[in-house]
Amino acid sequence: MSRQTENLFNIGEAEDVSEKAMKEPSKKIRSEAKPKDEKLKNNAAKRLKNAGYPVVRERIFNTVVILSVLTVLGVVGLLFVMLVVHSIPSIKAYGFSFIIDKVWNPVTDQFGALPFLTGTLLTSFMALLISLPFSLAIGIFLGEYARESRFGGILRNMIELLAGVPSVIYGFWALMVLVPIVRELAMVLNEPPYGVGMLSASLILSIMIVPYSASISREVISLVPNDLKEAAYALGATRFEVIRYVSLPQSFSGIFAGILLSLGRALGETMAVTMVIGNTNALPDSLFSTGNTMASVIANEFTEATGTLHLSSLIEIGLLLFLVTLAINMIGRTIIKKFSVSI
Amino acid sequence: MDETSLDIRKIKNRVFAGGVAALAVISALPLVFIILYVFKQGISAISWEFLVTLPKSVGEAGGGIANALVGTLLIVVVASILAIPVGIMAGVYLSENPDSKLSKVTRLCIEVLNGTPSIVIGIFAYLVIVLTTGGFSAVSGSFALAVMMLPLIVRTTEETLRLIPESLKEAGLALGAPYYRVVFKVVIPSGMSGIINGVMLAVARVAGETAPLLFTAFGNPYMNWDIFKPMDNLPLLIYNYATSPYQSWHQIAWGASLVLITMVLIMNLLSRWAIKKWKVRF
Repeated sequence: MSRQTENLFNIGEAEDVSEKAMKEPSKKIRSEAKPKDEKLKNNAAKRLKNAGYPVVRERIFNTVVILSVLTVLGVVGLLFVMLVVHSIPSIKAYGFSFIIDKVWNPVTDQFGALPFLTGTLLTSFMALLISLPFSLAIGIFLGEYARESRFGGILRNMIELLAGVPSVIYGFWALMVLVPIVRELAMVLNEPPYGVGMLSASLILSIMIVPYSASISREVISLVPNDLKEAAYALGATRFEVIRYVSLPQSFSGIFAGILLSLGRALGETMAVTMVIGNTNALPDSLFSTGNTMASVIANEFTEATGTLHLSSLIEIGLLLFLVTLAINMIGRTIIKKFSVSI
Repeated sequence: MDETSLDIRKIKNRVFAGGVAALAVISALPLVFIILYVFKQGISAISWEFLVTLPKSVGEAGGGIANALVGTLLIVVVASILAIPVGIMAGVYLSENPDSKLSKVTRLCIEVLNGTPSIVIGIFAYLVIVLTTGGFSAVSGSFALAVMMLPLIVRTTEETLRLIPESLKEAGLALGAPYYRVVFKVVIPSGMSGIINGVMLAVARVAGETAPLLFTAFGNPYMNWDIFKPMDNLPLLIYNYATSPYQSWHQIAWGASLVLITMVLIMNLLSRWAIKKWKVRF
């Protein structure tokens, strides 16, 4: 029997009093409710308090909730506006040539982002190509073969945990382990033996995005309705044929969306790439050449940028990165949503 | 269906199963290898000394990561204080008003925010906080991390609270409890496991973030408790030391990596445990 039940009995009074309570500051009600020995009055005061507060509190609560939502909206809006406003100097100075000019030289105030666009696209798509067979295999393995098995559960948990490893640690590992291997490879192939460069960046990126695309493809593959598969089994199909002719076609768009979402990850990945790509501002001409991606050039030069144009150009690269990942993520999400509706 | 003989189809079936299983295991290998490697390299650097002393300059033996540990802790705590209330409240709104126009726009914004590269959020924090306050500070780093935490918290809160049956809420309202009380005493406690899970995942995710801190928290080789000054933190320290040419600094970076990876993995495991432990089934 607490205040809630008490309220229940007092509904009639509550409505009368609540308006009054709202107009007057709550402190006043409290001070009015202090006559000492008269129990009755005390009770009345209590009722008054209990009756008035919920309405006030309700209003406060509603305001807080709406404010929180508006904060979220405000952050996103401000993010976009800030990026646009601060890249105006660079947009004005270079216009469209910003993304097709291949010279990036802070000393002479020449800023063209083509090397970074190329670097980002090249590393991301290579990473996708490398990781695709693996993540698809994990998806099929966990979604079809090892659905209920213990080993499947362990593998799944492990992969999910590994998605949480900080990217700077992936980068460090790549710098110490992957780069020497790539350097050896480059020497064998008679390429410039830097070790750091496009290939190293793509390799570490592909390792990093496997958990993302794998977990999405696992999910969509395991969503394929059992009746469909059973129908195929009943016709005498082997498991391979069921996967090949039923499961994969059914989940194709979902897998594709997973690929897009992991592409979004790869495009925006900063630290690991920055550590192994070599950080040169020239257009890459081979797999082994050094370069820079959009994210890594921001990471490298942002704190050192002194000129307004330099800073503004970096922010414009950030804006481009934001828009590209936004577009890719939106397409991916739309596909996934359609997919989950169709099943 | 194939017209080939049964034997060939059977062989194909076997080969495919074997291939898929092999590829799946192979792709898990580098991931496992990375963790083992970090443990192998880092374990020799770790000692009590390492955790409580400040870094030393090149050439001096020893040196630790005390300032970075404190920095990571402070920055993440401040970020959580900024993000958790807003995130949960926004999640409550979305689950209570699933079809309102505001909800739809907010959901879109959450998705946009979730997909935004962390470095872009770093730029945002730089423009909003660093430029207006006139200097790098831990708070600006916390702001960036809070922005990254928001979508995760809002989404998990919304998803969990939506599962709570309408009848529970109605029971509360029928007892005469005002709406906000129903939310605080019925809705949120019932969805606690999901909310805690989301918060912990968000913390685990941002604890390892480096990119948004590069030009916000900036780093600082000295001990600093003032969140309005530049502050060091584990991911930044790892980045700076790992890219330095000195062997002894690499060693410290490995130690710091081990500490960071342990922290993040423990938080991930805890959040899984939390969701199992407090799961409310309807």
